[in-house]
Amino acid sequence: MNILVCVKRVPDTETRVRVGSDGASIDSSGVKFVLSPYDEFAVEAALRLKEARGEGEVVAVSLGDDSSQETLRSALAMGADRAVLLKGEVSLDGLATARALAAEVEAHDAPLVLLGVKAADDDQQQVGPMLATLLGRPCATAVSSFEVKEGSVICRRGVDGGTETVELPLPAVLTITKGEYEPRYASLKGIMAAKRKPLESKEAATSDSRIRVAAMELPAERSGGRIVGEGPDAVPELLRLLREEANVL
Amino acid sequence: MSKVLAVVEQRGGSLRGTAREVMSAAATLAAELGSEAHALILGGPGVTAAAGELGSYGAAVIHVVEDPALEDYHPDGYPQVVTRVIRDGDYGVVLFAASAQGKDLSPRVAAHLDVPLATDTTGLSVQGGEVEILRPVYAGKAFTRLTIQASPVLASLRPNVFQPREAPAAGEVHPVPFSEDPASWPTKVLDFESTGGDVPDVSEASVVVSGGRGMKGPEHWALLEQLREALGSEAGLGASRAVVDAGWRPHGEQVGQTGKTVAPKLYFAVGISGAIQHLAGMRTAGTIVAVNRDADAPIFKVADYGIVGDAFEVVPRLSQGIRELREGA
Repeated sequence: MNILVCVKRVPDTETRVRVGSDGASIDSSGVKFVLSPYDEFAVEAALRLKEARGEGEVVAVSLGDDSSQETLRSALAMGADRAVLLKGEVSLDGLATARALAAEVEAHDAPLVLLGVKAADDDQQQVGPMLATLLGRPCATAVSSFEVKEGSVICRRGVDGGTETVELPLPAVLTITKGEYEPRYASLKGIMAAKRKPLESKEAATSDSRIRVAAMELPAERSGGRIVGEGPDAVPELLRLLREEANVL
Repeated sequence: MSKVLAVVEQRGGSLRGTAREVMSAAATLAAELGSEAHALILGGPGVTAAAGELGSYGAAVIHVVEDPALEDYHPDGYPQVVTRVIRDGDYGVVLFAASAQGKDLSPRVAAHLDVPLATDTTGLSVQGGEVEILRPVYAGKAFTRLTIQASPVLASLRPNVFQPREAPAAGEVHPVPFSEDPASWPTKVLDFESTGGDVPDVSEASVVVSGGRGMKGPEHWALLEQLREALGSEAGLGASRAVVDAGWRPHGEQVGQTGKTVAPKLYFAVGISGAIQHLAGMRTAGTIVAVNRDADAPIFKVADYGIVGDAFEVVPRLSQGIRELREGA
């Protein structure tokens, strides 16, 4: 069974965000970019499934510019078999992204499409279920583990107040969250092999973003830093402040 | 002017806390747009009785779809029904809760309607006749102001940010017939396992008690559990990435850039040093309290109130003090 994994290039989560000169996006100078951590879970999940079944191909797909080749190489280094770069603009408009991915998914014989539950930059948490809806396929979001049966996939997913188990007929789309899929480190051998694996580059079937960003702002600095005291003896004063000054107790 | 629809959630036939928040935000926005706010609620038998309350929070009309098949959220069924009501109602703006359910529902509705969606909105305003949306990116390290060039404008609202506000309106209940066929929904729900009883999810709790490495091991979480209990039923538990990575706590509790971004009115950071990706996830909390042995820990730079000290000594005293306050209140 072939598995398609959609991945995104994002700033490393340790990045200190600065606003760029356009006032509407980040200043990416000096920023280290990585394969989005949630997408790493998705790649890991795909690789484990392929290894368990002993057959099938894992294809990594990304929408972006040429710099996303590096991101795809990271997925290849983890063990994906080949990669497809859809060259096009990535924006906050997740539906435009989902459309570009949907066109590519249709061209593959992959009963399972995996994505990270969200991208670590925009946090929109929407491309997976949008993609599934456009394809007319069922979708389980925030999946922490799953197993493939004959013609279906059984998923455990986090929902408000607990864990739900759902069964979806294949083909299906899953968005993966942290759970059983702690991502492997790419071995040196894997990194070397990734350089020789096929990476196809083509124009994406993109539509223009219909989300217009007027401005990007940094949050107001919190005027914190007030130490109430040391040790348990400071508790009564803290409680007084929480009650009388902050009004939260 | 375009009407605003609030898609609100119920559980077990009762309105969820976010329902009042989303309804109030819809009513406020509708007033700015010079139009009116409607509500849409889906649920099992009896949901109509719970829906009436939405009139007190500004709903001129309350659409209720009541059917046994809608008792619990269904990822195929709910989007179909919600899409149909939006199409029939000629709405200019549709608001959802950015809860686990809302984040599953709203993108599917957006795709059905062929319009974009803004997730986790923290601010809504009207600028030159357009709805301007404020939402965090990079887990709260920055915010973007954006507009959506499509109609209806779809946004999900971060829990705890928009305050419920009583604003009596007509609250006219419109029953909507259920005409979908549940047998055609491909997803089958096999099982639901409740975790932690009635403890609210960290992303929706109005008070959060979070623990980090300074707790020294998972066996000490009973201390934080006691503090959470002392703070009442609105309080939830959170955790730093370090303790989730160490396997002490489930990922569902993780606060920060690779976990959840939270905005409770009160946040306790216990034994959390304050890595940048954690601070991003909780810096919009109303009041932040930090307890840490290390006076130089970065968490104290964002905390409104800090106690330098050992969590094992400070937290029990804190729990006891809060219990006494609440009993005396």
